Amino acid sequence: MQPPPAWWFAALPVVFVGVFFAWPLVNVLHRGLSQEGLDVLRSSATWRVVRFTTVQALLSTALTVALGLPAAYAVHRLDFRGRRLVMSLLTVPFVLPTIVVGAAFRALLPASAQGTLVAIVVAHVFFNLAVVVRVVGGFWTHLDDRWEQAARTLGAGPVTVWRTVTWSLLRPAVLAASALVFLFTFTSFGVVLVLGGPTTTTLEVEIYRRTVQLFDLPGAATLCVLQILAVLLVLVVAGRLQRRLTVTQRLTRARAATHPPRSGTDRAVLGVTLVESLLVALPLLALLSQSLRVGDHWGLDWWRALGTTGTTTRDIAAWDSVRVSVTYAVAAVAIAVVVGGAASCAIAYTRRGSALLDTGLMLPLGTSAVTVGFGLLITFAVAPVDLRGSWVIVPIGQALVAIPLVVRTVLPVLRSLDPRLREVAATLGSSPARTWRTIDLPSLSRALGVGAGFAAAVSLGEFGATSFLARSDAPTLPVQIGRLLARPGEANSGQAAALSVVLVVVTALAVLATEKLRHPAAGSL
Amino acid sequence: MSAGLAVDGAAVSLGGRRVLGGVDLRVGPTESVALLGPSGIGKSTLLRVIAGLVRPDAGTVTWDGADLADVPAHRRRIGLVFQDAVLFPHRDVAGNVAYGLEAAGVPAAERRSEVARLLGLVDLAGYEDRDVHTLSGGQAQRVALARALAPRPRLLLLDEPFGALDRDLRERLGAEVRDLLRAQGIPAVHVTHDDQEAALVADRVVTLVAGPVGATVA
Repeated sequence: MQPPPAWWFAALPVVFVGVFFAWPLVNVLHRGLSQEGLDVLRSSATWRVVRFTTVQALLSTALTVALGLPAAYAVHRLDFRGRRLVMSLLTVPFVLPTIVVGAAFRALLPASAQGTLVAIVVAHVFFNLAVVVRVVGGFWTHLDDRWEQAARTLGAGPVTVWRTVTWSLLRPAVLAASALVFLFTFTSFGVVLVLGGPTTTTLEVEIYRRTVQLFDLPGAATLCVLQILAVLLVLVVAGRLQRRLTVTQRLTRARAATHPPRSGTDRAVLGVTLVESLLVALPLLALLSQSLRVGDHWGLDWWRALGTTGTTTRDIAAWDSVRVSVTYAVAAVAIAVVVGGAASCAIAYTRRGSALLDTGLMLPLGTSAVTVGFGLLITFAVAPVDLRGSWVIVPIGQALVAIPLVVRTVLPVLRSLDPRLREVAATLGSSPARTWRTIDLPSLSRALGVGAGFAAAVSLGEFGATSFLARSDAPTLPVQIGRLLARPGEANSGQAAALSVVLVVVTALAVLATEKLRHPAAGSL
Repeated sequence: MSAGLAVDGAAVSLGGRRVLGGVDLRVGPTESVALLGPSGIGKSTLLRVIAGLVRPDAGTVTWDGADLADVPAHRRRIGLVFQDAVLFPHRDVAGNVAYGLEAAGVPAAERRSEVARLLGLVDLAGYEDRDVHTLSGGQAQRVALARALAPRPRLLLLDEPFGALDRDLRERLGAEVRDLLRAQGIPAVHVTHDDQEAALVADRVVTLVAGPVGATVA
């Protein structure tokens, strides 16, 4: 009994990604490689931006890894009270919308630090610590500790064991985490837009500036191409290194034993980790305090101001962007679940071309959100298909970013489905379509729910693509926060802080609902 | 005070559960002892306590009368061969065998000849450059044995080293290991749950039985 034909499912995602990702990308390449666009490469200012983008990404990555390794060890190999709490504290920043991270560090850092390299790097470390803790820690948990024990019985001291065994085996995971952090910080947009200054700007922000302020679309397109090439280069180099370093090894299925921190090193590592988890809470506290600080006293003035319209005519009340964000999120989730679900089925059922389809759908994830947004803008904001007047282009852009996550959630479930269930259904007289509806679909419902949660969180916090596409009279929460932060004055930053708190709460609700779905036992009594 | 290894009243609890209760064990300076007992009785835990990988909650481990409590695993000079070889996946055969020699600071040239000698001892001469993933189960165990012998341990612990192999191979390797250890004069504790193997490899057989507070020596 065969599963349903793959083309039933492949058609929709292929058309969707083709029209809303591939075509815009071709447009970006076409514009970017034109003579007009290439002129931007002759400007020394462009190369200053490239250099700064690279330097801040390298610094951010090095520091994140240095601080993340002890925490990964402590959280995954040591046994201490409050381990889960520390783990959660360290993970929270990564699910925060980037604009909120920017707003939080705006609130935390003194004015003299705003716009500096230090501000950007510190915010990036805060944001990406979870990547190192999760990726390296997850690997560390399943690293057979008997290799270390064997080394000890052979006369190797703690430092030698670390150098010759643990580090050697851990290196591929550290490299993978470093590559991820480098890509995230290299393509960082929201954080740098808020915290950067005239001399501390990255490619992403420069693309935005050229598009929105200078209307230099060819120049912006060329920078997009530069960005794409840089990301490809990093992926290729990281892939090469990874293959060279990777050691075939059997990871234990069981978790390696955790132990109480007995040695001096263990205690020091634990101390560092506890300090880190406390520091991580600081920016969020600063955000909350800024939203409640009016002049020299505490008050709800900024919260109340969220309900009133601004001074300029095109502004809407800040509260209204909650409605805008939720509306877009619902649409983006619907698109991402339908397209991502269909794509998962197509990949799971097809025998030939499944790898191609899989890679094709992952591409939007490897492309920066700014490039996605810019591509949609130059493709659909012109005649004959001017979708910019229509709001649907925003959720479409957000869905493109979310679809890969839906696929990664749904595909494993679909692949693990016992094929004999379909055979039984067929022998009982069920047609392929009915078998899919009655056997495959029910097993997918939970995974689709989890995927919907991810898509909702992505849509609510999405800033890179949305800032190019949102209509000025219908800003989403992140866009509205960005606008408020761009204006001077205590009232604006106070409202930005209050609205950031709102966005955190809304996003947290989406993430919590997802977690409940993922671990149903945790929710039921 | 006794020469060689003395374990007195070793007890271990893991997560509130007693996994080893008040075990005594003596191993003379050139003696080979087989440790018998059903699985789950704490034989492996006892070996880990002796090797210094697990700290006992009670009891002492001494060598020639000197307490080992504060001697970390890497300074005990007690070798351990695991049930499944646990070869370092990122090193070839020679790199595995040389590991303990490197830790001891043996110069490279000397290491090479020593590795060759040890591989000869375990019948794997010329296997230096082999990837450890290409070895059969028996070959991997021989490499693990050569690796454990390299830093010249004063006691070798073998945790069912041939348990995963078929019976013929197990007996042949058991006899080889016995002869090898006798020739080198290295005392050994050999964990097994097979009576015949125990009789084959050891001068003396000790059986762990379940007692009211975990395993004890019968």
